[in-house]
Amino acid sequence: MEQCVDYLGLIPLFPLLGAVLIGLLHVFTCKRTVLPEKVYGILACIGPVLSFVLALKVFFALKVLAPEARFLSHKAFTWFSVGDLHINMGFLADPLSCLMLLFVTFIGSLIHIYSIGYMGGDKNYGKFFAYMNLFLGSMLVLVLGDGPVVMFVGWEGVGLCSYLLISFYSEDRSNVLAGNKAFIVNRVGDLGFVLGMAFLFWGIGASGFDYLALKANVKHLEPTIALIVCLLLFVGATGKSAQIPLYVWLPDAMAGPTPVSALIHAATMVTAGVYMVARFSFLYAGVELAGNIVAWIGMLTALLAAIFGMFQADIKKVLAYSTVSQLGYMFAGVGVAAYSAGIFHVFTHAFFKALLFLGAGSVIYALHHEQNIWKMGGLKNKMPKTYITMLIGALALAGCPPFSGFFSKDEILYSSLATGHFGIWAVGVLVAGMTAYYTFRMIFVVFHGEPRDHHAYEHATDAPQVMTVPLIILAVGALLAGFFNLPGIFGGDQMVSHWLAPSLSEHHHASVGLELLTIVASVAAVALGIWKAYTKFGQGAPEPSFSGFADFAYHKFYVDELYDRIIVQPYKAIGSKIWQVIDPNVTDAPVKGVSRLYMVLGTAFKVFQVGYVRIYALYMVLGLSIMSLLLSQSLH
Amino acid sequence: MMHAYLYLSIILFCLGIVGVVARRNVFTVFMSIELMLNAANLAFVTFARVHEGMDGHVLAMMVMAVAAAEMAVALAVVILLHKHKSKLDTNVFSLLKG
Repeated sequence: MEQCVDYLGLIPLFPLLGAVLIGLLHVFTCKRTVLPEKVYGILACIGPVLSFVLALKVFFALKVLAPEARFLSHKAFTWFSVGDLHINMGFLADPLSCLMLLFVTFIGSLIHIYSIGYMGGDKNYGKFFAYMNLFLGSMLVLVLGDGPVVMFVGWEGVGLCSYLLISFYSEDRSNVLAGNKAFIVNRVGDLGFVLGMAFLFWGIGASGFDYLALKANVKHLEPTIALIVCLLLFVGATGKSAQIPLYVWLPDAMAGPTPVSALIHAATMVTAGVYMVARFSFLYAGVELAGNIVAWIGMLTALLAAIFGMFQADIKKVLAYSTVSQLGYMFAGVGVAAYSAGIFHVFTHAFFKALLFLGAGSVIYALHHEQNIWKMGGLKNKMPKTYITMLIGALALAGCPPFSGFFSKDEILYSSLATGHFGIWAVGVLVAGMTAYYTFRMIFVVFHGEPRDHHAYEHATDAPQVMTVPLIILAVGALLAGFFNLPGIFGGDQMVSHWLAPSLSEHHHASVGLELLTIVASVAAVALGIWKAYTKFGQGAPEPSFSGFADFAYHKFYVDELYDRIIVQPYKAIGSKIWQVIDPNVTDAPVKGVSRLYMVLGTAFKVFQVGYVRIYALYMVLGLSIMSLLLSQSLH
Repeated sequence: MMHAYLYLSIILFCLGIVGVVARRNVFTVFMSIELMLNAANLAFVTFARVHEGMDGHVLAMMVMAVAAAEMAVALAVVILLHKHKSKLDTNVFSLLKG
């Protein structure tokens, strides 16, 4: 049932090779500018584009197979063997990973092309593209890995690259701190993932530790172990995909260059958690409690991030919180066992969030790195292409029919209602309205009304073509991606859901009444949100001063400060205590003792080294006498 | 009869040791070393006579050859030492003092 194709391993290899090549070029030429910037940019785009072409090839290879037999695999080499356990560096393409592959490589390629324009003039141009390629390559390893261990390689790879790229402008200390924060928060999640893998291995890993073997053996897993595994893996997902309580790194991740934000938010990194839960759907499907926890944490994250998003002043922070919020939706989807709906939202979200970030990048680029929306305004006349594409992205994010976000969000809400999670549905509809509000608040403040900063306004123009063309392509995607999974109620046949069905363990529900109810409710919420944003900001509004709850939300409920007080500071205090008390007394004392012992012994033995050759001769005579004495004793 | 030869050998050997350890002139030390080698030779030859074999004789010849070779090198070393410090007192050469 498995087909072996060796080009599968090439898909992650191309960007990784690109990273090595560009990295070496950068190292050898960074002292003096030998190569023009374009060379790096074009080299960097080759890898992702080739990967995309191969992803298409994988797609068509899968398509000709019968739905149940859609597996392509490639074992590159045996990574390590311990006893009977053989961990292969193997790759597996099934409908789920194929879908992820397609949009990760497609959007990744567009972001690389866009970066050629955006990063122009940066002195670390080569380094940037090396990291970007490495990032994409790691994500592809994560997606294509044929077991949790290989997935973990990619999982750590994207964590590393996010750290490198978030602190890319390392001259500024706050950027470095943001990178550190992302890395450390992700480590917390990774610990959960590792423990989850360990429990899973302990439970059913003995007869093979790749997805197919695990899936076949999952029925032998004890329910309590299954629950523990599910929850620990989900801890990993909360770190990587920025859910409560580990979401705090993502808004700070805005410190990186904007294409990086786009890559992190749309194609790589944050979708890894959702992908992982869907990948382990065979596990989660059997543990309803774990699913409910996942769904509720997702929905609460969606709500919390939407509240924060309504009050932010930084254009990228607004988008960052919208990502956290949308990820919450995805987890709600996979939590209620609607895996295809969750993955479909990942898919559509990738288009419109990449679009919004790249659009925001164009705005920031045009205004010479101004990110505060209260210094923008009226830009729609100056930047029509950016305005129209971003408007499409905003409509998709808000979930306005017929844009892509509407279909995927609706699918999640409908599935939660159909599986009897009324609470999640209600919060979801509320969040849909809030999403529409904060998205259009941003659009109205940035593009409508009167310019607030006339100097910047005068010089603002649309970005060069290398940046606008990706925007337009993504806008088309954001507009049309929803139609891939058109539900029956609109005359579609849910192509994506059917495509994903062999990879996932889920049941489909069909109820026209509930679906209609969901559509009406969410469209009403979205309309209300947009209308509210229009009345408040449509004609231009001054920068508001917050008080009461709004101020509380503007400061993100002081969660960062709270974490700082209850975790970071005590941790630092313990660290400095260890450094001051335990380190000199407990650790250093034996080390110093050993060196002192040798000094004393050395001084003691020094007296024998008199330097006179006859004394040495005497030692020899004495030694030989003693030895021969002992020898003669032992002979008798 | 054999014991007399062996006692002589031991006495010669001990004289050699005393010479090496107690005397400070380089030439006296070398002569004492030769004395020890010849004491050993005497023991070899004695045992060879007692056991009526040729092994001891062969070894005695061997020791003589080695002693001659050693002397050639040793005298060269002595000349160098003398060039270095213009003295033949072993206590002058105490570079290995700890």
